[in-house]
Amino acid sequence: MLTKLTGGRVYDPTHGVDGEVRDIYIRDGRIVEHPADGKIGKEIDIRGKVVMAGAIDMHTHIGGGKINIARTMLPEDHAADVVARTELMRSGCGHAAPSTLTAGYRYAEMGYTAGFEPAILPANARQAHMEMHDTPIIDKGGYAMLGSDDFLLRMMAANEDQEAINNYVAWTITHSQAIGLKVVNPGGINAFKFNQRKLDLDEKNQYYGVTPREILLRLARAVNELGVPHPLHVHGCNLGVPGNMNTTLDTIQGIDGLPMHMTHIQFHSYGTEGDFKFSSGAAEIAEAINKHKNITVDVGQILFGQTVTASGDNMRQFAGSPHSHPNKWVCMDIECDAGCGVVPFKYKDQSYVNALQWMIGLETFLMVDDPWRIFLTTDHPNGAPFTSYPHLIRLLMDKTFRNDVLSTLHPEAQKASHLASLDREYSLYEMAIMTRAGAAKLVGLADRGHLGVGAAADITVYTDDVDREKMFSKPDYVFKDGNMVVKHGDLIDVTWGTTHVVKPEYDNSIEDSLKPYFDRYHTQKMGNFKISDDEIVDDGRGSLTVQPLHKGGAL
Amino acid sequence: MTEMTESGIWQEVSSPFCGIASDDLMIKVEGNSVSVLENGDAITKKGFETPITDTSPRIQGEEVSLQQAVSHVAELLRSSKQPVIAGMATDLNGARAAMALADKSRATVDSMFSKATFRNTLVLQDTGWMTTTLTEVRNRVDLLLVVGSDIESAFPRFYERMVWNKESMFGQDIESREVIYLGKSPSGDASTSPKGKKARLIACDDTNLPEVVSVLRALVKGRSIQAEQVGGISVTDLSELAEQLKQAKYSVVCWSGSQLDFDHAEVVIQNVCEMVKELNANTRSSGLYLGGKDGDTTVNAVSSWQSGYPMRTDFNRGYPNYDPYLNNVEQMLAKDEVDTLLWVSSFDVDKTPPKSAATTVVLGRSGMTFEQEPEVFIPVGTPGIDHEGRTFRCDSSVAVPLRKLRNSGLPSTFEVLTAVEQAL
Repeated sequence: MLTKLTGGRVYDPTHGVDGEVRDIYIRDGRIVEHPADGKIGKEIDIRGKVVMAGAIDMHTHIGGGKINIARTMLPEDHAADVVARTELMRSGCGHAAPSTLTAGYRYAEMGYTAGFEPAILPANARQAHMEMHDTPIIDKGGYAMLGSDDFLLRMMAANEDQEAINNYVAWTITHSQAIGLKVVNPGGINAFKFNQRKLDLDEKNQYYGVTPREILLRLARAVNELGVPHPLHVHGCNLGVPGNMNTTLDTIQGIDGLPMHMTHIQFHSYGTEGDFKFSSGAAEIAEAINKHKNITVDVGQILFGQTVTASGDNMRQFAGSPHSHPNKWVCMDIECDAGCGVVPFKYKDQSYVNALQWMIGLETFLMVDDPWRIFLTTDHPNGAPFTSYPHLIRLLMDKTFRNDVLSTLHPEAQKASHLASLDREYSLYEMAIMTRAGAAKLVGLADRGHLGVGAAADITVYTDDVDREKMFSKPDYVFKDGNMVVKHGDLIDVTWGTTHVVKPEYDNSIEDSLKPYFDRYHTQKMGNFKISDDEIVDDGRGSLTVQPLHKGGAL
Repeated sequence: MTEMTESGIWQEVSSPFCGIASDDLMIKVEGNSVSVLENGDAITKKGFETPITDTSPRIQGEEVSLQQAVSHVAELLRSSKQPVIAGMATDLNGARAAMALADKSRATVDSMFSKATFRNTLVLQDTGWMTTTLTEVRNRVDLLLVVGSDIESAFPRFYERMVWNKESMFGQDIESREVIYLGKSPSGDASTSPKGKKARLIACDDTNLPEVVSVLRALVKGRSIQAEQVGGISVTDLSELAEQLKQAKYSVVCWSGSQLDFDHAEVVIQNVCEMVKELNANTRSSGLYLGGKDGDTTVNAVSSWQSGYPMRTDFNRGYPNYDPYLNNVEQMLAKDEVDTLLWVSSFDVDKTPPKSAATTVVLGRSGMTFEQEPEVFIPVGTPGIDHEGRTFRCDSSVAVPLRKLRNSGLPSTFEVLTAVEQAL
């Protein structure tokens, strides 16, 4: 059946469409041309409404071991937001670490149609996919994590050539069913196992003699040469440490012009000026981003209230554990592969540091010029739960509202920021870039994030409202693969999205060294470590979508 | 990968029975008969080799079709005022189906292993911990401290695979690893090094462990202790142990929740975990809890991601409600609070439901026998033998794939529970 969405104001930055009134036609889950025979099965009048592709969260911790530790650890947080079963929906819970089912419903209700788990430890990838399999409606996928795994560090210590590393990276992405590659505190999680407590960009891992800078270069080159569209996804060194802005600037410089995505940049933009020895480095960081076109960032905005931080960076999470609120936390070393740390945290608006973190995030949003290279995230749930996105959107689109909130925060922090003088307000077009077109391009989703003919019919329709929080909280309609899943803000259908992956080519000879490595040192066989396509399809509800690679892969 | 290399011979088979998910088993399958040829132990052999007996469901002892059994179970759940889905010895998809059914039938869920598992869960939810996983132990441990547990009786291959492996990735002399038992003594020689170095034993009764562990923690923190003896152990010995822990580069403190079998053992585990955190102020140390057999880790993980809470959660009011005390199904049954009990036990024929007045439905491993015939018995396949599946190891980070090794025709727990849910 052909469905026509009539007369909406369309924001489709992929095609340069900025608020033009257009009709959209949907058939078999795809956006199609105006039908030659003019036959319309169903028409929905959306005149005056705002139309965008479904939103894409390119960095959200929705599945895997650490977020499940967070769930299990925080019964008191769920208790305030339990969700009852309905005819349509399973019961569950929300807030900081929501149940998978509730997470899927709530993303859809906000007009989001895809979310990407940014930290899939290969050793734990099976679990990440199990949880994402149980996350309804939205599409999903994730970035495999390397950089503190002993196999890579052994290769680097042995000075193996780039092609061997490319093979290993491609093998890892393929068999953990990922769409990109992530590195977290490069080499630092490994160094922590040798009792190193910090690892600067040029500091050597004491066992391997390898530095974070070298790891970043090797991995960024691998991703680029393999033709994986998503640039190396980097959670840098020294997260949260005052003065880390210099590390971040060095990291940008040090990547030799290779594509690199720096995630939750807010947590890496701190200076040491002022009485509190904690200041904003957002201006310098934004300037560097503006200058280096190979760099993309997402912000990792913090918002005030209780949340939980869940990270692969157990070195930094251990350091932050004295700040846990409530006072309980977990750190783990994992499988000669990586680690994790889960620390509940409450951001307080009357804390100088937290207030300034809020300002640093917003300064970054407002000072980075190119909305195609900056993305809207709270690093869910680390800065705030994803359900606070509509509030964040309002902060970005409404200067008066932003400054009203700003004026209530810790007074010394207000003095330390020039946020109040920043006049920029994001437009709907820019918002569509940041949360749709740009995000799809960054993740490497050829058929999502836009409304061109042939695209998947993931579409969100809003009622324009000067209160952007209200507008983005409850879309009028959300279509997922052509099915209307949300109507007037309420979920009316539950579908199951696909899992997006890439399958870079590699030389299988890498298994000649991996198999004996698993046999000698691991507690699992290499073959059982791999996640088959069948596991993603699982009971039939799941599916795999292989996204195209960039041309020019070296192999 | 688990695969059949020649007719009837399977290599690299993972065990869902042993808690550490050993996946180097060689298994022979002839018809419905399974035998472990290599790398089996008592627990794994029993797990794989238990023969199939019944294949037909029964209602009140009379053979019926699967469809009749399913309809009857649905009817029982529909008319139940307090349904309970317990046992919960199943794999990933069995756990998913059980959670979906519990949600729909407003049941309470609990596992047969909860008594032991909650000794850990309560600590996680109160103060947290620092832990490690099996491959890290295998390559890094230099001092293994075993608290109140006889590891080898429950985890026969733990030492072979994690401590006395041939080599470490970091060139450690394996023989230099130290094993110390605090509390129970080991029942055999698994903890003895390849060259014959025996584990050191600092013995005390379980009842003294709370005090002994408190003092050890205090000593690690550098507090001075007035007493000369605690729980029959000299404080000098404990001081020496504290010093060893501080000197070790990667100590692992290990326990089994099921073997710390006394009231409020969670307090001992909590003290152990806090001590481990405190050791990490200067060196590296990690906890390691052993358990996770027969899907225990799996069902708690699935329950947490689907509802937000681990076992001992009820859906009585249409939403998940977690209560580790009131939703203790063993207690609920003893207090006659349950009218319908759905018991899932697909791994071990000896894990039958506790005696109770509740109308009982058993999804059990074929070969299960009952003192009292349940209202409904549905023999189900065993994950990793009769159907594919996935299960988590005790360290909860790694899940392994389970393969279908034979065509027994037995339905999976997932299939049966999904059919019941649809029939509701």
